[in-house]
Amino acid sequence: MRRRAFLLLPFAAAAWAQAEPRVIAIRARKFEFTPGEVQLKLGEAVVFELTTEDVHMGFDAPELNLHADILPGRVARVPFTPAKAGSYEFVCDVFCGSGHEEMSGVIKVSG
Amino acid sequence: MQAVDRRQFLKIAGLGGVVFASGLARGAQPYGAAQDEFFFVQLSDTHWGFQGAPNPDAAGTLPKAIAAVNALDPQPDFIVFTGDLTHTTDDPAERRRRLTQFKEHIGKLRTRQIRLMPGEHDASLDNGEAYRELFGATHYSFDHKGVHFIALDNVSDPAARIGEEQLGWLKGDLDRQKPDARIVVLTHRPLFPLYPQWDWATRDGDKAIELLMPYRSVTVFYGHIHQEHHFKTAHIEHHAARSLIFPLPAAASVPKRAPVAWDPAQPYRGLGFRRIEAEPGEYKLTELPVVGKA
Repeated sequence: MRRRAFLLLPFAAAAWAQAEPRVIAIRARKFEFTPGEVQLKLGEAVVFELTTEDVHMGFDAPELNLHADILPGRVARVPFTPAKAGSYEFVCDVFCGSGHEEMSGVIKVSG
Repeated sequence: MQAVDRRQFLKIAGLGGVVFASGLARGAQPYGAAQDEFFFVQLSDTHWGFQGAPNPDAAGTLPKAIAAVNALDPQPDFIVFTGDLTHTTDDPAERRRRLTQFKEHIGKLRTRQIRLMPGEHDASLDNGEAYRELFGATHYSFDHKGVHFIALDNVSDPAARIGEEQLGWLKGDLDRQKPDARIVVLTHRPLFPLYPQWDWATRDGDKAIELLMPYRSVTVFYGHIHQEHHFKTAHIEHHAARSLIFPLPAAASVPKRAPVAWDPAQPYRGLGFRRIEAEPGEYKLTELPVVGKA
């Protein structure tokens, strides 16, 4: 049993590596997200890693039911696997100043 | 949640106003002699300090609205401003200057009973500190001629939360009311998720609605979306007021939330304030325009 487990280990590791979601870093600062447009493939597992360069920000994509607070000095991780093609807006939902209303981006999911 | 059928309620009144008769929920009893008839006025989203093409008369619009309210005869019992008294600024000194100038302007109102609450432009960048210095508490309740009014703060937290502490206060306040009490909630943001894509929501607004739900007569007057809007969550009615700086487009009607452009041929179009008559069993809402030369 011990030998069989040992032999399987490299295959399991390879499978795990394949399943590792793609990391997409999004930086927030007054009053923009960078990048402002994210391209995803249908069914592709990703993790958004969200950071802010200045103040407390929000990441909210209501149609995708994704939400996170982005706090200074921390990384907010949001896993996501798109199930439907389309364009989905995300916005900052933490009021951050005079350009807050225009602070948005888009997630584009292709089939 | 259900949209209110405007055709059922709207009718054009004289003098350019629009009347909205807001009735009781089906099955509720009308409120009789225990309640006196009166009216109050709602102004919202004055954004004092704003400068830009969407309103070339930004400094003149609030004075015009104040003159229009002062011309009402008889005068209202009281006046409410449902937030965004000032336009946001990163500079704390400028924020206080704008709030102070706003205070000076409303000092010219003939009706001296004025109820204020902040919007995110006034309070979100300093958690309401400057607002409280000048105007006091950001949430409170009061009674007037048989109606219980509750002002809720959903903006001092920049993440648009009422927060557990204030929700606890709301529960305590409501616990002292009878199930058939007539309740009016005044707030800035919609308590229901009107259009979160444009930040037209309160994150924990559902908790406030849940607390209000056992009461048979609850009406919410709010601002934030810079346009008239009427909606129901079960029997609770929600009425958004026009702005006094620039109108915003209807939710999802355009790709981006941006002010409706100023029309020199029709200055102040889409701006205005609201007269609310509390009558037994219903509220009559009359939308009144801003008039004058730009």
